[in-house]
Amino acid sequence: MLKKRVIPCLDVRAGRVTKGVKFKNNVDLGDPVEMAVGYSDGGADELVFYDITASAEHRPIDIGMVSAVAAAVRIPFAVGGGVSSVADMERVILAGAEKVSVNSLAVRRPEIISEGAEIFGRQCIVLGMDPVKSGRTPSGYEITTCGFREFTGMDAVEWAKRAAGLGAGEIVVNSVDADGTRGGFELVVTRLVAEAVDVPVVASGGAGRPEHLVAAFNDGLADAAIVAGMVHSGEYTIADIKREMAAAGVPTRMDW
Amino acid sequence: MTVLVDYGAGNLTSVKYAFAALGVSVEVVSDASRVAAADRVVFPGVGAAGKAMENLRSRGLVEAVRAAAVEKPFLGICLGMQVLFSRTEEDGGVDCLGLLDGTVRRFPDLPGFKVPEIGWNDVAPVGEAPASVSGGREFYFVHSYFAPVVAETAGVSEYAGVKFSSMTRKGRFWACQFHPEKSGRAGLELLKEWLSC
Repeated sequence: MLKKRVIPCLDVRAGRVTKGVKFKNNVDLGDPVEMAVGYSDGGADELVFYDITASAEHRPIDIGMVSAVAAAVRIPFAVGGGVSSVADMERVILAGAEKVSVNSLAVRRPEIISEGAEIFGRQCIVLGMDPVKSGRTPSGYEITTCGFREFTGMDAVEWAKRAAGLGAGEIVVNSVDADGTRGGFELVVTRLVAEAVDVPVVASGGAGRPEHLVAAFNDGLADAAIVAGMVHSGEYTIADIKREMAAAGVPTRMDW
Repeated sequence: MTVLVDYGAGNLTSVKYAFAALGVSVEVVSDASRVAAADRVVFPGVGAAGKAMENLRSRGLVEAVRAAAVEKPFLGICLGMQVLFSRTEEDGGVDCLGLLDGTVRRFPDLPGFKVPEIGWNDVAPVGEAPASVSGGREFYFVHSYFAPVVAETAGVSEYAGVKFSSMTRKGRFWACQFHPEKSGRAGLELLKEWLSC
């Protein structure tokens, strides 16, 4: 049986893993490669790195770091943030990442999804989206871009369907309302997207306790869930989360 | 020398790193003579079958790959497994290498089953399953098409109501639908066992 995936997310700024709440107050958490190895050895099913930039001034993606992670871990990982062209996607994939995630770029230029899927295969192209509760769109969730700073007027569910149609192989639903709160995933928007598209959906934003992941899978209908603060802080291990998932009957990889 | 066949079907970086983690350096080759000269052949592949077969033909690799599969330790991975079969439904139907009998088909659309299958799935050992799979292991899959269960099937997995060949083996001729290079410890153990077969 296919397992539900637990995916630690590492935000990398200027070569260090950081964690902030709603993109603010970033705290240094450690070395990306060391943390990747730790999570891989600890049972993570996959990893995601965001904003792997070589410096704090948003220079291009740190390809050296992508290679270092690829050499060090034997589980799949995705890279997002800082991708601005098909050439960037190619550099990330050739360096050893399985997937590239696009977010604001795809809103500005949706063809980037089909161009990437055509060249690398749709399994390599992840659409990240940052929906916020809003009265302005039919589903009640509106897409924001640029780190939640800009409202687009685009409906989250419509955008997910369009992106999947263009060739996105997976969709990460990162709730602006839940992000960084550790109060649980935004299950409504996760489920709306999961029911609307025929590609896997990853719940993101708000994971604080193992039962939040159980809810993302059972109620949010997610195929995978992203964790950050709850594991970076040391409060929970991946094994803690998976034991709770297994106990709740969620298919989980327990042998690593 | 262990070689990795590059026929323009996907990225070889992860496979190289996985062998490096086992202390084995592999050479990436794209011409028939170097496949013929190799001691062991890894035949990876990601992407579409039509393009993959077209590339194998245009690069003159078809006979070299067929010969290698019969004569020396051989490991097909993912699309590199699917094109070993007679035929695939992908890209409107494509004749493949015919080293294994059967047709590769697309997963049916069933409620609750997303296609492609992405993630870790169980592999149940059957037939000539290697020791690294015995007892059942979990491996990482990314695929929309699946190979049928055949006489050479060594591992069976299940998705979208279908039981499919996640691994085949006949002596030193191995193939797997999953990605051993991305399957953590289980994957490394399988690669290590193949290196000593």
